[in-house]
Amino acid sequence: MSKILIIAEHLNGHLNPATGKCVSCATAIGGEIHVLVLGNAPDAPAAEAAKLAGVTKIISVARSENEHALAAVFAPQIVALAAGYSHLLTPSSTFGKDLLPRVAALLGVAQISDIMAVDGPYTFQRPIYAGNALVTIEAPPEQTVLGTVRTASWPGAASGSSAASIESASPEITLPSHTRFINLQQGKSDRPDLQSAAKVVSGGRALGSAENFKLIYQFADALGAGVGASRAAVDAGYVPNEMQVGQTGKIIAPELYIAIGISGAIQHLTGIKDAGTIVAINKDPEAPIFEVADFGLVGDLFKIVPELTAAVC
Amino acid sequence: MKILVGYKRVVDYNVRIQVQPDSSGVVTDGVKLAPNPFDEIALEEALRLREQGLANEVIVAAIGPANMQSHLRNGLAMGADRAIHVSTEQAVQPLTVARILLKLVAQEQPGLVILGKQAIDDDSSQTGQMLAALWDRPQATFASQLSIADGKATVVREVDAGLETLEVDLPAVITTDLRLNEPRFIKLPNIMKAKSKPIDTIELSSLGVESGDHLQAIRYHPPQARQKGVMVKDVAELVEALKAKGLL
Repeated sequence: MSKILIIAEHLNGHLNPATGKCVSCATAIGGEIHVLVLGNAPDAPAAEAAKLAGVTKIISVARSENEHALAAVFAPQIVALAAGYSHLLTPSSTFGKDLLPRVAALLGVAQISDIMAVDGPYTFQRPIYAGNALVTIEAPPEQTVLGTVRTASWPGAASGSSAASIESASPEITLPSHTRFINLQQGKSDRPDLQSAAKVVSGGRALGSAENFKLIYQFADALGAGVGASRAAVDAGYVPNEMQVGQTGKIIAPELYIAIGISGAIQHLTGIKDAGTIVAINKDPEAPIFEVADFGLVGDLFKIVPELTAAVC
Repeated sequence: MKILVGYKRVVDYNVRIQVQPDSSGVVTDGVKLAPNPFDEIALEEALRLREQGLANEVIVAAIGPANMQSHLRNGLAMGADRAIHVSTEQAVQPLTVARILLKLVAQEQPGLVILGKQAIDDDSSQTGQMLAALWDRPQATFASQLSIADGKATVVREVDAGLETLEVDLPAVITTDLRLNEPRFIKLPNIMKAKSKPIDTIELSSLGVESGDHLQAIRYHPPQARQKGVMVKDVAELVEALKAKGLL
């Protein structure tokens, strides 16, 4: 039977919901599921992880060097604790993408990126070419399987009823000091998190300025939605990078996605194709976004969006 | 300081990729190939560091078949000083690529290795991190800003939460994100100049690299396409449609 270790992602004392999605992927693989929480004060996220349905054990490593998630610092600790596990999983977030290949190379094994489906304990589906093709991959059963989990493909594990045991570990290894955290500039927002919001409103280049983007914020706030943007809007400086949705930004799967003034480059569509319902508003009736939209509305966003905002208030 | 840049050749990003009818791969015959866009950003950054006097040599490296030479000439025309072609007919997976690059690092002793954060064909996003691990050096992935001083690099990284700044000791591996820079266009006289720049060809088999190609692709398939929906005529109709689906 498989024995699976998930590396938890957490920030400011909170477990990232992506960790619960890894638990769902691990449940599909089948086996015993443990979660490793590395931090300088990992107790709070460890307690949250212990509540995730299907998880039987939390391993918590408290160490001052673990204050920030540095791959060069985390990787050797994971390697030290990996013995006996058949699978190691992280979310396919910037955290997991940065960290897991470093672990894989230290273990001398391959990594499967962006697991979107599990066909068996060693057989997985993943997207390539910006999601324009999928490939079924088989990993060798004699090696530890390392995989990042494409979070948009998986539901979050239920939280609440279960209570896994929490054990602390302290691998005795020297950690490198060649990589130092300086700061994190975090967008301050009271809006729902883009990656876990049930509804997302995104704006594109057609907004024309950072100032005009407030139309998007007002509409999103009326809906209780998270806010995203196309690469063009980020490149033009209308909004910060963490709002980018698409192949190289965030891959999201909200119940409702509303694309406003976004033409729908293939790289953007990659980021939204698992959305429940897609609405597109664009003045160009030929825009490729209409090919994937469940509901399309052609017209001037500067007229439509205020009307919509008024209609949902 | 020398800078080593990974310079992969991929299917051009404008090509709409098709899966082979027998599910054995994607159609690449007759398809336009181009440098991986993230690798062009990597090369541009290396050239700018050289132009600032922070590096004295920029080397581009690519792995692949014999016809890779014209691809490497592109990198030389963009401004690299010389190129290394690791010759193999086999496709290689990220762990193998990282092991190959480690051999080149041992040979060239660069102060900095800059790679794209991912290649737009397999979208793995692994090679830079793997190389840093094998080399036992720092990594700074998804870079959107880079500055070098006093044997250290300060790197702003695009992470899910925002922008993270790291300081790393050199040598180090940096992987590039989209907003690090805008690569220059190649000028005609530079294409001529590139013809006289050296390309070293090394047979992969002569490097003594243990293969890390552990994964087997069993089957390729097209993604499930979304159905085209309906057009609504105005805001009222849209609101009604969303209400009917319980979304408003």
